[in-house]
Amino acid sequence: MHELGIVFYIIKDVKEAAEANGVQKVSAVVMNIGEVSTVVPEYLTDCWRWAADKEEMLRGCELKVNLLPAVSYCESCQCEYPTVQYGKTCPNCQSDRTYLLKGNEVEIKEIEV
Amino acid sequence: MCIFAENNHIMNPVKIIEIKKSVFADNNADADALRRELKARGVYLLNLMSSPGSGKTTTLIRTLSLLKDRLRIAVMEADIDSDVDAVKIKEATGIPSIQLHTGGMCHLDAEMTRQGLAGVDLPELDLVVLENVGNLVCPAEFDTGAVRNAMILSVPEGDDKALKYPLMFSVCDTVVINKIDVLPYFDFDLEKCREHILRRNPKARIFPLCAKTGEGVEAFADWLYGEVLSWKNTQNR
Repeated sequence: MHELGIVFYIIKDVKEAAEANGVQKVSAVVMNIGEVSTVVPEYLTDCWRWAADKEEMLRGCELKVNLLPAVSYCESCQCEYPTVQYGKTCPNCQSDRTYLLKGNEVEIKEIEV
Repeated sequence: MCIFAENNHIMNPVKIIEIKKSVFADNNADADALRRELKARGVYLLNLMSSPGSGKTTTLIRTLSLLKDRLRIAVMEADIDSDVDAVKIKEATGIPSIQLHTGGMCHLDAEMTRQGLAGVDLPELDLVVLENVGNLVCPAEFDTGAVRNAMILSVPEGDDKALKYPLMFSVCDTVVINKIDVLPYFDFDLEKCREHILRRNPKARIFPLCAKTGEGVEAFADWLYGEVLSWKNTQNR
C-alpha cells in the first residue's frame, strides 16, 4: 500500500502547481504510470479519493491514469521487447544482459482546472 | 515547470496545466540532501529492509553486539504501531533505540527519516541503523537518504524471492540470507538464490548467516564496520 504515500506526494505537487498558477480548484489530475512501476492504478485511485476529498482545492477532483507500456532493451542482440511478457530474459537471444528502457514512470503529467 | 495550454471549448472551458514531474523527484532530492548532511557529520546511515518475520531485529541484536564497543550506534525502528522492537534492542544490547511510527504507512521516506534522526544524538554517533517497515515492495520505492540499502531474506521465504521482488533486490546491494540453520528442512537452494540475486544486481554482496546461533554474523559485522570507517574517513574529500 505505498499508493497512499504516493498520493500524498501527488497532492503536495498538485497544490504547489495550482498555487503557482493562481488556480483555486483542480478538476482532474492526469498521471503517467508505467506498467512495472509497482503502482497499482486501482489502489492509487482509491487512495486518491480518500485523501483528495480532505483538501478543499481537490474535492471531487478526478485522478486519471495513463498506463504506459514497459519496454526492455537487450545489450546482446540490441533488440527491444515487452518487459511484462518476457521479464529479464530476452525473447530473441535468451540473454540476461537486459535493462528496462521505460515503464517505471510515476509521473504527474498535467492537471485540468 | 508549468506551461499553460488552453482548451477553447466554449461551453466547458478546461485549462490544462502541464506538470511532467516524477512523483519521487522531491523525495529523491531530499534524500540526497540528507546524505550530504550525514557525510558532513561523519554518520553512516544503514537502511535495513525485509519482509515481516525474516529476523531483522534478531540479526541487528547479534550484529550490533559485535560492534557496540568499536562504534557509537543508535537504532531507529520503524513500524506501523507498537514499540516492541525498540524495547527488545535496547534491553538486549544497551544501544539507544527509538521507535518511529509511520501512522499506517508501509514505508519511510527521507522526510520521515530526518524527523527520526532528530530524535537521536547525531553528534555522538558513528552508525545509525534504520529498521524499515517489514515489507518488500514499498520501501524500495522511497530513498530514505541512507548511505546504503541492505535487506534480509530468510530461508523459509524461498530462494526465488529475488525474482518476485525485483525492485527491492535492485536497490539493495547488500543481502543477508538469514536462518541458514534450517536449510536442511527447506527446499532452499543457496546457490540458486545467489544466482537470482546477482541476476537482479550483479554488484550485490551476499552474507549467509544465522542470527540465532551467530554463524556468519561476524563477516556481516566486519563488513559494516569497514563501511562506517571508510564513510567517515572520506568525509572531507
